[in-house]
Amino acid sequence: MNPSDKNKLKSYTRRATLLSGGMLLLSSALVGRMYYLQVTSRSQYELLADRNRISMRLLAPKRGEILDRFGRPIATSTTDYRVNVIPEETKELQETLKTLGEYIPISDRDNQRITKAAAKQRSFLPISVANNLDWETFSNVNVNMPDLPGIQPDVGTSRYYPERELAAHLVGYVGSVSEEELTGDPLLELPEFKIGKNGIEKVLDDKLRGSAGNTKVEVNVLGRVIRELSRQDSIPGDVTSLTIDLEIQKFAANRVHDESAAIVVMNIHSGELLAVASTPSFDPNDFHNGISQKKWDGLRGDIRKPLINKAVSGQYSPGSTFKMMVALAGLEEGIITADDTKYCNSQYRIGNRIAHCWNKNGHGRINVVQALAQSCDVYFYDLALEVGIDKIHDMAARFGLGNRFDIGIMSEAKGINPNEEWKLGAQGVRWQGGDTANAGIGQGFVSTTPLQLVVMAARLVNGGKSVQPKIFLDDNEPKTVVPDIGINPAHLRTVLQGMDDVYNHPRGTAFPYRIRNKDYKLGGKTGTTQVRRISVAERQEGVRKNEEKEWIERDHALFVGYGPVENPKYAVSVLVEHGGGGSSVASPVARDVLEYILDKEKADTEIGSTV
Amino acid sequence: MQISSRLTSGKGKSIHQKFVDLNWFIVFVIILVAGLGFAMLYSVAGGSIDPWAKNQFIRFLIGLSLMIIVAIIDIRVWMFLAYPLYFAALGMLAIVDVMGEMGKGSQRWLDLGFMNLQPSEFMKIALVMALARYFHCLSDEETLQLKSLVKPIILIILPVVFVLRQPDLGTTILIVMGGIALLFAAGVRMWLFVLSIVALIPAAVGAWQFLKPYQKNRVLTFLDPEKDPLGAGYHIIQSKIALGSGGVYGKGFIQGTQSQLNFLPEKHTDFIFTVIAEELGLMGGLTLLGLYFILLSYAMIVSISVKSQFGRLLILGMVVTFFLYMFINIAMVMGLVPVVGVPLPLVSYGGSAMLTLLVGFGFILSTAIHRETSIPRGGAFA
Repeated sequence: MNPSDKNKLKSYTRRATLLSGGMLLLSSALVGRMYYLQVTSRSQYELLADRNRISMRLLAPKRGEILDRFGRPIATSTTDYRVNVIPEETKELQETLKTLGEYIPISDRDNQRITKAAAKQRSFLPISVANNLDWETFSNVNVNMPDLPGIQPDVGTSRYYPERELAAHLVGYVGSVSEEELTGDPLLELPEFKIGKNGIEKVLDDKLRGSAGNTKVEVNVLGRVIRELSRQDSIPGDVTSLTIDLEIQKFAANRVHDESAAIVVMNIHSGELLAVASTPSFDPNDFHNGISQKKWDGLRGDIRKPLINKAVSGQYSPGSTFKMMVALAGLEEGIITADDTKYCNSQYRIGNRIAHCWNKNGHGRINVVQALAQSCDVYFYDLALEVGIDKIHDMAARFGLGNRFDIGIMSEAKGINPNEEWKLGAQGVRWQGGDTANAGIGQGFVSTTPLQLVVMAARLVNGGKSVQPKIFLDDNEPKTVVPDIGINPAHLRTVLQGMDDVYNHPRGTAFPYRIRNKDYKLGGKTGTTQVRRISVAERQEGVRKNEEKEWIERDHALFVGYGPVENPKYAVSVLVEHGGGGSSVASPVARDVLEYILDKEKADTEIGSTV
Repeated sequence: MQISSRLTSGKGKSIHQKFVDLNWFIVFVIILVAGLGFAMLYSVAGGSIDPWAKNQFIRFLIGLSLMIIVAIIDIRVWMFLAYPLYFAALGMLAIVDVMGEMGKGSQRWLDLGFMNLQPSEFMKIALVMALARYFHCLSDEETLQLKSLVKPIILIILPVVFVLRQPDLGTTILIVMGGIALLFAAGVRMWLFVLSIVALIPAAVGAWQFLKPYQKNRVLTFLDPEKDPLGAGYHIIQSKIALGSGGVYGKGFIQGTQSQLNFLPEKHTDFIFTVIAEELGLMGGLTLLGLYFILLSYAMIVSISVKSQFGRLLILGMVVTFFLYMFINIAMVMGLVPVVGVPLPLVSYGGSAMLTLLVGFGFILSTAIHRETSIPRGGAFA
């Protein structure tokens, strides 16, 4: 080796050592950084890594069922066969939808909705194509899956009302959560989640909803689920049983068919409501996925008001069904006895006005029982004026009129049980004698709901006990003693005699419509209320018969009934809007409904005793 | 002049003897590093040799054969070929540049039909060889003279111009830093380096304006990755999360959530070290660093026993190139330097860099085999 090369080696060795030192230094910086990241800051990064990969997904609970008293479903959750599309897995979205169109009708509107959703959301998320498919269509799609890439058959649950319009006003319906209804509960933000929008579905929404479960899933960077890490199942909503007997409800609703009517049936001892029917009705199933504008307009525009629960929200003059209250007030105040009579010549002067009895010939001399049976108006004009509105008001209040029972369904109306104080407050005008006379025959300011009328009837026939109506069946509820209203039993008997005679005395207003060929009798009280005062012009043209008037101008027909007379068990109230006479229209309905219940009960006990 | 005849001439060892003298331990360590790479490629494919591990294995076999061939060829042949290879590489860079101009946009490789050749990779080796040869031929006095620096600086700048035009910042850095390290090792005066560093600061400021927007973005993102967590900073953040959550012992093979669930970008290429650190933990990372340390310290130790300046500088150039690959890549995935596209040596998926590094190690091994060969200053066959 020449000297020059020696120098070069010496120089190189020095420089190479320096470079190696530099490289070692840099390498130790790497090791230091690794230690910092993987040891010092490890827990922080572990947290971040978990946040990346773990996603919590909510599991929607099954909504609690609503059943009738015998466990028959009114609102239930059914298996819903759906078909979704996952855009990412299709070759071409439109092509797949076209092929799918051979099995499921896909409207242009659906197509637009799907295309829009596909453009908006991440492509591995399913988009609903069709819901509520029948099994045949659904299985058809399943069989043809190989031709349908990206199509995903799915089985979910959705709310279903098997009885359709039958109990729609009671149960209400469910619908998608609106912006205003968001409470921060993430469950409400699930795309397919439905909440109660009306009726019991709304009132008991918290109970029916159940609690959400969740599943922890591992997702990749695209958000696609790789596997499930843990799962906490959802807790289904509570099952709610109603006191309603679907068969009675069905019979009652069918009995009035297309009439604009309400029928309420109540057990007079327990207060359990066996039927709360309001017709016409609507199909709550239509609301599940948002009702179509056309259907909605149809419901809204119908003059028979199918969306209103007339049984609890409808407020009507009770008409002659109110006369029991006036009679009882008179008896209790000692103003009349059962035997005292009044004379009816069909006219009654109040101040400078003449009021008429419905019977143009007059009823002659009659006592309170006869006045009730024949529904004499003059008798009650006079009695009401003698008793005074405040006493009548007090009596009506004790029987539940003007009272909201809060049975737990929506929009229960209060009605009006007027007195002097009320008129001054509500109308700013002093009470007048004419008002009292009008109230005496259940017209004027008096306003009641069919529910209140059935409670009134029940309290009259159960021995004067202030029974409370109830719609929810609760077997565990301790039997409390129903408090007595405090009416003299003799006076009650007098009034009931009148109600018995309505059906069963030859001069009773509902005698032609009494029950026949049975070993029991029914009682009740008719009521016919004017919807519109007859004008002078109309009178001059000659009073038209009810049938000749426009439907909307016809009288309301009412009836409160009970049975059997000998040992009462059930009370019923019937209202037929613009139906005409309480005797001819409402009383046969009440008769048939009571007969149905009593016969059914008898059949049930006979079966029970043979078993 | 017949090269084949030169191979066996003079004091040359027999092919058989060279095979015996080849440091098989180092070859074994190289296989270990590559083997770790195959395992990680198998892991990031979710436990499959497709699409990466198998290809990589085949490329490695080719590269390994090439490395042994390079190792066995006489070092004097390589010295003789240094300049021709350099100009060949420069020519190819020019061709790629012209092709890029002709409308194909940014292009970095030549399609040779059977493979894509990256001239810039080729150049990394050729430049080291050319500089090593240049300094080998200088006397001590000449080495210290300022005018002797003109040629090597031109040798460095010519390829840099082409590579910057591609544009390939990573390769540019490797070429420039490799070249400077070689000048340093060759014995260029120390004060020149100090001066250059001082001069580099305004130069860097000036160069900033010539950077492409995405390159500027990378630097800015490096300085503050959280500023743009979903955009340019995303890679760094996810990479740090993967590393950090791996802990000391890692999440287990094919168990890295960040890599398996694709939160990690480029996990089979530039970010493969992150996968190692996530799945095998600090231990896995240190093991790989340890293997690299064995390889590089072996080369450095050999270099001081080499009789020719060409051989020494050749080894040093290759070591620095190898080290820069490793350091820039690992520092990058740990957020210590900006994201530049530099692969992890012998581990990242990709053929070009692997070939460069294996051939580079071929030169190191060749120099080791021929360490006793002294070459006159005049040249290999002067």
